[in-house]
Amino acid sequence: MSEIPGDLKFLKSHEWARVEDDGLVRVGISDHAQGQLGDLVYVELPEIGAAVQAGNGAAVVESVKAASDIYAPVSGEIVEVNELLNDKPETINEDAFGDGWIFLVRPSDRAELDELLDANEYQELVENDDH
Amino acid sequence: MTEKTVLNATHRALGARMVDFGGWDMPINYGSQIEEHHAVRRDAGMFDVSHMTVVDLHGARAREFLRHLLANSIDKLKVHGKALYSCMLNETGGVIDDLVVYYLGEEFFRLVVNAGTRAKDLAWIEQQATAFGVQVKERPDFAMIAVQGPHARRKVLDLLHEVDRPRIEKLGKFAAAAAQGPHGMPLFVARTGYTGEDGFEIMLPEQHAVALWEALQAAGVKPAGLGARDTLRLEAGMNLYGQDMDENVTPWEANLGWTVSLDAGRDFIGRAALERQKAGGVPRVMVGVVLDDKGVLRHGQKVLAANGEGEILSGSFAPTLDKAIAFARVPAGETGALRVDIRGREVPVRQVKYPFVRDGKACEGV
Repeated sequence: MSEIPGDLKFLKSHEWARVEDDGLVRVGISDHAQGQLGDLVYVELPEIGAAVQAGNGAAVVESVKAASDIYAPVSGEIVEVNELLNDKPETINEDAFGDGWIFLVRPSDRAELDELLDANEYQELVENDDH
Repeated sequence: MTEKTVLNATHRALGARMVDFGGWDMPINYGSQIEEHHAVRRDAGMFDVSHMTVVDLHGARAREFLRHLLANSIDKLKVHGKALYSCMLNETGGVIDDLVVYYLGEEFFRLVVNAGTRAKDLAWIEQQATAFGVQVKERPDFAMIAVQGPHARRKVLDLLHEVDRPRIEKLGKFAAAAAQGPHGMPLFVARTGYTGEDGFEIMLPEQHAVALWEALQAAGVKPAGLGARDTLRLEAGMNLYGQDMDENVTPWEANLGWTVSLDAGRDFIGRAALERQKAGGVPRVMVGVVLDDKGVLRHGQKVLAANGEGEILSGSFAPTLDKAIAFARVPAGETGALRVDIRGREVPVRQVKYPFVRDGKACEGV
């Protein structure tokens, strides 16, 4: 298990959100989640310009084992998606918190970020998950 | 309470991701399921399949009993050590389980049945055996390791006692024999498998299983989890009980007609129902499908055909082919082009003959 970066916020469903310097929110899944899913083979990315709602499905990742909805941690508009995942979905397995990011959102309500778990709370959740 | 095989601690020490599999705590992978899949297709991998149920049948009328119990004909087994794949049916022709039976003596046969169906299988077999005076004895004292891949046999042979090597090397497909393994441990070596590759399935007293596993690993055989086992058997076109057939499905509907022997005068359980269904027309058939587009076919997805609806049975991403494949059960007759409903999206799939993969390569047309 790689170290959970302290600047990330999390949904209980294992998505992470990082507020970038320009105020956009980058979203991916945690290293714990990729480990649970196993080898990823397909990522269904959202459309650029699509509106997403916090807590609603915005993308789908599929491993050999199962398909999983990726929920948007914040509401807003999709401004960029990680096209690299079309050819190399395994990037999420290799670097879940970095190159394996999935989409970038322009948030419509930044207060939603306060609802998310911080890194410590998420760490605790994962540890309880393992028992 | 989850059951554990004798190799449980070994799997954990190797960093396996463990899952509940039919009441057993089993390794789904040791890191990457896809790498384990490729290891079996290209070199040699091994699976702990000790959760499977071994049942020994003893009795003067054992063969006669199996003529009655199994849809395939036990009389195809004429030489000691030979094995046969068969379905065990209920009276309506539905599949109670699929199994492998080994001929070990005129009064001694060995069955290997699925772990998930253990209790009902034993109850059924015991119930049927009474009338034949056949003794049904479960063998939980056996562990089982499947060693599979193009180099699997060589790596196993090198570990055998030298006096056994030539004999086991000559062992034909679907045949088994006793041999001595490392430190003289007694092995029951069968040239069978569930991956579409050559190899052996080895039964042995469970106290020797860890030593054999370690010897195989030292010989370069890569541990592989049940995840890889599932994608390998699907590529190889092999059915999985519970997903591709069950008690409400006949062998005709599960593409297992080749395992049914309607030999003259043999009254096996389910025969009358199978003959009735064959005469009246089999309503559903099982076909192979390939998804050329992106996405993954999964068990339970709806299949849309010109003549009705069907469903995806076993479905997965196929690592050897780098795309999704599946078995589907569809209405018999003119289905036209098939489409699959993947989360509300209708995706065209291509109907193909399977196996999808043989000898490590994609089959023609896949």
